[in-house]
Amino acid sequence: MRLHEYQSKEVFTDHHIPIPRGRLAATPEDAKLIAEELHGPVVLKAQVLMGGRGKAGGIRLVRSPDEAEEEAAKILGRQIKGIPVRRLLVEEAINIQQEIYLGLTIDRQKGQTLLIASAEGGVDIEEIARSYPEKIYQVGVNPLLGLCEYQARNLATEIEIPRHLWRQFNAIALNLYRAYLDLDATLAEINPLVITEQEQFVALDGKIGIDDNALFRHHNLVDKRDISGEALEEIEARKFGLAYIKLSGNIGCLVNGAGLAMATMDIIQHKGGKPANFLDIGGGASAEKVAAALRIILSDTQVETVLINIFGGITRCDEVAHGIRQTLQEIDPKIPFVIRLVGTNENEGRQIIENAELETAITLADAAEKAVALSLEPVP
Amino acid sequence: MSILIDSETRLIVQGITGHEGSFHTQQMLDYGTNLVAGVTPGKGGEWVLDGKVPVFDSVRTAVEVTGANTSIIFVPARFASDAILEAADAGIRLIVCITEGIPVKEMLQVKHILKSQDVILIGPNSPGIITPPHSKVGIIPGDITRPGNVGVISRSGTLTYEVVYALKQAGIGTSTCVGIGGDAIIGTHFIEILSHFEGDSQTDKIVMIGEIGGRDEENAAAYIANQMTKPVIGFIAGQVAPDNQRMGHAGAIIEGGVGTAEKKINALHSAGVQIARYPDEIPSLLIG
Repeated sequence: MRLHEYQSKEVFTDHHIPIPRGRLAATPEDAKLIAEELHGPVVLKAQVLMGGRGKAGGIRLVRSPDEAEEEAAKILGRQIKGIPVRRLLVEEAINIQQEIYLGLTIDRQKGQTLLIASAEGGVDIEEIARSYPEKIYQVGVNPLLGLCEYQARNLATEIEIPRHLWRQFNAIALNLYRAYLDLDATLAEINPLVITEQEQFVALDGKIGIDDNALFRHHNLVDKRDISGEALEEIEARKFGLAYIKLSGNIGCLVNGAGLAMATMDIIQHKGGKPANFLDIGGGASAEKVAAALRIILSDTQVETVLINIFGGITRCDEVAHGIRQTLQEIDPKIPFVIRLVGTNENEGRQIIENAELETAITLADAAEKAVALSLEPVP
Repeated sequence: MSILIDSETRLIVQGITGHEGSFHTQQMLDYGTNLVAGVTPGKGGEWVLDGKVPVFDSVRTAVEVTGANTSIIFVPARFASDAILEAADAGIRLIVCITEGIPVKEMLQVKHILKSQDVILIGPNSPGIITPPHSKVGIIPGDITRPGNVGVISRSGTLTYEVVYALKQAGIGTSTCVGIGGDAIIGTHFIEILSHFEGDSQTDKIVMIGEIGGRDEENAAAYIANQMTKPVIGFIAGQVAPDNQRMGHAGAIIEGGVGTAEKKINALHSAGVQIARYPDEIPSLLIG
């Protein structure tokens, strides 16, 4: 789960990391009011979870409260990569001497947290890695000991932070690590971390990603989840504990297991078709869960064919078949289905759907070919 | 021969009295796995599964009494990292963690602690290991495999079933099949299992099933090019997966351009690995 910039900055404040003065605005009038309070030039920043909002016109520097109101009205009406902007962060403009990148992330291979710093802040870390790979420095953090003072100091030396600012830099690095631990984050970035003309560090922008597996410890964050960037089907799927991701094709996929679900999408593409979604019903799904999954697929109006691919282990094919039949009795989708049931109780499963006049398949390749052929037929 | 598990395996089940634990314990018993005990804190002294399996309160007592050397973990995610550490501390040498959803922070600590110990952790979020025809430590259905000379390694569950079943249908058997788990932080990566297969006299060829996310397949490619003599066939799931979306598995996510199927396929291809475009192609690549 990703936090918004303003949420990340609340976390920074709680952990004694300095941020610019400012507040959240939902209307142009709010923006004007906040600009008046702040006296002087302010920056308006659209609060969307998409990258590249600056290029998309989501960030504006304005000189007066009236201009703040005017520009806020423009940004608040706008969509950034399809997501409507509903809130702006209105902040004092900061005079910048230098922009640094500082972030914590996980090295999956070594199984440890890395503290990463670069003197080339202000652009994406991927961009820095491409353009200045020699200017990225990192240290591995011992998970039992935490980040050590000397490690932060070593990074400060590498990125050539002046000696008299080491203490400030160290405090920010250690506090960022504390925030990362407290929130069960898998990513905590300050980018840019700026040094002002007054030689103070300020976190100008921030990005925090929380480990979904640890959300049970952070109910307060779950309540703040922003779902405006998600498809309705995705929100519905989460209620039922289903992993669903909407794609742009017309073949709806219902599969058990994430790897098999991905492989099913892949084979559809190889056979010349286009998957409409990723959907993993998980292990041991009940008929009710299967029915919910199928309803979600059918609610996507782009879906013109459905491919159901079940390899039963813990999941029982008869249970899945019950779910399918139940849904088809409730809704008459009027689109073709291809069903492949293999593994635990496959014969019982096939009997249940036998009378429903649905296309069946034994191998995955066969199932995909049939679904693709049906998806290419003109809709009656 | 085979890798990791065989008839010498003396298995305990952590979380044996739970719903999943008891169901799969029965399946493992039916398959012929040498299952010596179960552990559920607070239920020590009971006998489960028709009185065939003793339950202990701790892994330590289970090991003392039964001489167990391998453990499989079915306990819920909140208690699973503790269960892994308990097993390692009690002297278990192979730990297979089926549990999905362990917080990353806890796994970083577990990995750090296990580094200094002589123990192999498979998973978490793994379907386990199967060495046909007699030993299975996990949830892979027994009847979809047959004994043979192909080693299988995978980050996935049902996709692995799909592949070993396709092999069986083509008359190809499996020496050992290892599911290393779908999480971002796992105990054992492709490379370690590849090296086991390289040294295993029963394994002649290897099938490696990867997926998007991380660089494990790229690292494996370098290892295959430099260290392996046995042929490897690869498949990478998620070729049509979008960026920055977690595809079901916690570890299956393309982040900042890292972890795409294309990069993995290219790296493996350069290392001499034949790549199947989809699972059904794997048997013909093994025969050809």
